[in-house]
Amino acid sequence: MSDISLVEAINLALKRAMADDPRVLMLGEDVGIDGGVFRATVGLLQAYGEGRVIDTPLAEAAIAGVSIGLAAQGFRPVAEIQFSGFAYSCLDQLINHASRLRARTRGRLTCPMVLRSPAGGGIKAIEHHSESPEAMFAHIPGLKVVIPSSPRRAYGLLLAAIRDPDPVVFLEPTRLYRAAREDVTDDGESSPLERCFTLRVGRDMTIVSWGAMINEALEAAELLAAENIDAEVIDVATLKPLDSVTILSSVVRTGRLVIVHEAPLTCGYGAEIAARAAKGAFTSLLAPVERITGYDTMMPYPRIEAYYIPNVERVVAAARRTMAYT
Amino acid sequence: MTTTVDYKPSLSRILDPNGKPVAPLPNFARDADQLTSLYRAMILTRAFDAKAIALQRTGRLGTYASSLGQEAVAVGLAAAMQPTDVLLPSFREHGAQLWRGITLKELFLYWGGDERGNDFAGPREDFPNCVPVGSHASHAVGVALAIRLRNEARAVVCVFGDGATSKGDVAEAINMAGVWKVPVVFVINNNGWAISVPVSRQTAAETLAQKAVAAGIPGQQVDGNDVLAVRAVVGQALERARAGTGPSVVEAVTYRLADHTTADDASRYRDDAEVSRHWPAEPLARLRSYLTNIGTWDKAQEETLLQDCNRKIEDAATEYLVTSAQPPSAIFDNIYADLPTELITQRDEALNAPTDVA
Repeated sequence: MSDISLVEAINLALKRAMADDPRVLMLGEDVGIDGGVFRATVGLLQAYGEGRVIDTPLAEAAIAGVSIGLAAQGFRPVAEIQFSGFAYSCLDQLINHASRLRARTRGRLTCPMVLRSPAGGGIKAIEHHSESPEAMFAHIPGLKVVIPSSPRRAYGLLLAAIRDPDPVVFLEPTRLYRAAREDVTDDGESSPLERCFTLRVGRDMTIVSWGAMINEALEAAELLAAENIDAEVIDVATLKPLDSVTILSSVVRTGRLVIVHEAPLTCGYGAEIAARAAKGAFTSLLAPVERITGYDTMMPYPRIEAYYIPNVERVVAAARRTMAYT
Repeated sequence: MTTTVDYKPSLSRILDPNGKPVAPLPNFARDADQLTSLYRAMILTRAFDAKAIALQRTGRLGTYASSLGQEAVAVGLAAAMQPTDVLLPSFREHGAQLWRGITLKELFLYWGGDERGNDFAGPREDFPNCVPVGSHASHAVGVALAIRLRNEARAVVCVFGDGATSKGDVAEAINMAGVWKVPVVFVINNNGWAISVPVSRQTAAETLAQKAVAAGIPGQQVDGNDVLAVRAVVGQALERARAGTGPSVVEAVTYRLADHTTADDASRYRDDAEVSRHWPAEPLARLRSYLTNIGTWDKAQEETLLQDCNRKIEDAATEYLVTSAQPPSAIFDNIYADLPTELITQRDEALNAPTDVA
């Protein structure tokens, strides 16, 4: 056991997956000698050689496509897309091929690949480096979409993603890469996909979030506690397939729902959760569902990105509104 | 000034359009059985084509892409492959798929709108058709990389059309294959037309084979209506690939004698006169002339072959037509290895969906 950062936990999970299973390969831009621009793959080339840690030419769509070919042949490719803004080139491959290879061939060919990419803002990065595209991926049937929010969950969820028999998009919150450190035991234990994690139990409202925004959600819950508002906080973790049971049973208990995400509001993943609550917890709702999200704007350049990314104050204000609603 | 890259496009041809040899015959072409196998496969492909179109016209098959006039590309490349090689077709390689052991019934099922047509019993590692043009080129690189990582003496053939060469997917894949020297042969089925757009409006390049030059790999043209030349050239490229020498591009120059698909009407954009000009170069008559000239083929054999092909095709079509559609629950089959809870709910809804509003 040791205290490590989220990116170190990613690295630890990758090392463990490669050690456990010779079918696991790394590929992507700068994943070899450079160890990845965020150092997520550091040391893997030295440990496993060029046959299993493959620096690719600069071609994101082909990185996804090559992974599909490898996966169909029985390998377990883990592709890194350097920044989520570059992952849009992979959408065609994910939509038309990776996600439906199993169904098109009635299970004859399958696609057990992982596409990893950093996501989200807050690190003062240059444009196109701070995107939150999770809802786009979550709209694709046949894909799984996973976003960890802590080093321990990053380790367990990434192992689960790599061992999964189907394609997984694994979005890593850039802002958390080197934020909090946590004890992570390298025990090879995966965390379940299709499971939300209740990080804080509460009775007055349910705050649902994922990825980096979990920190704002938890902080808001602490501030609300000082006002005697007892908030439950749920980390969705796996957006697709969604564990609605955990979310809905919480909302049925609390009667109030605040959804927090960094991606734009319209057609954001919060809309899906709100719709499920509107149906599955209709008679329990005591207040309108609140969505605290990024705006329907471009992710601004970093000098003003802090005004775009939802802050704790916005979450607390929304929580107070739901409590005040009569 | 010095020449830094010396590239001279070449076009290989063994039989001219009259079936007269214009180059030394490769060894396989000295074997009458091999020659007649190629001929039989092309006849079967054309007969399948005719039946598929007839079924589509009578509402019993979906939109279908004819391979009329391009049989030599498909049959030639498939004949050059070993059974253990892997094929990633576009959607006009029926002849290659039949050669490799996909059945007529499976092809009918696929074009009839049934996923089970892709679960073929024969070449289990071959990919299904790639309808989004050219986006399978990188899959071929992945398959070839897998083969190389396992140190196997196998190779991959990826087929796409002239239109696909305008796409970044193809450029990325050819480039990556060149960097990694993986065992893949990209066969460009240049049939002159991407629906209504002729090659002259697709690229300013003199040949499509030269797309290989920028990737640093060999690229050459072959007469795509000469099945002997296609088999020979793709065969050489595959041998280089299996030997670890690296990938190649082969541009098979042929002509699309039919509409793009049954949903297309080529008379909107293409002169009949152009089509007529290309008929004399079509691949079946060419090989038949040669076989007849060397005394290994006669009218009686032709009659028997046509009857045999038609019987097989009628039998397969009947088998296809009597195959029940999958049940509604099949919508949810194979979306994931294990159906997630929320999809189990959706499946239950689908199975209990109202069928009338009464």
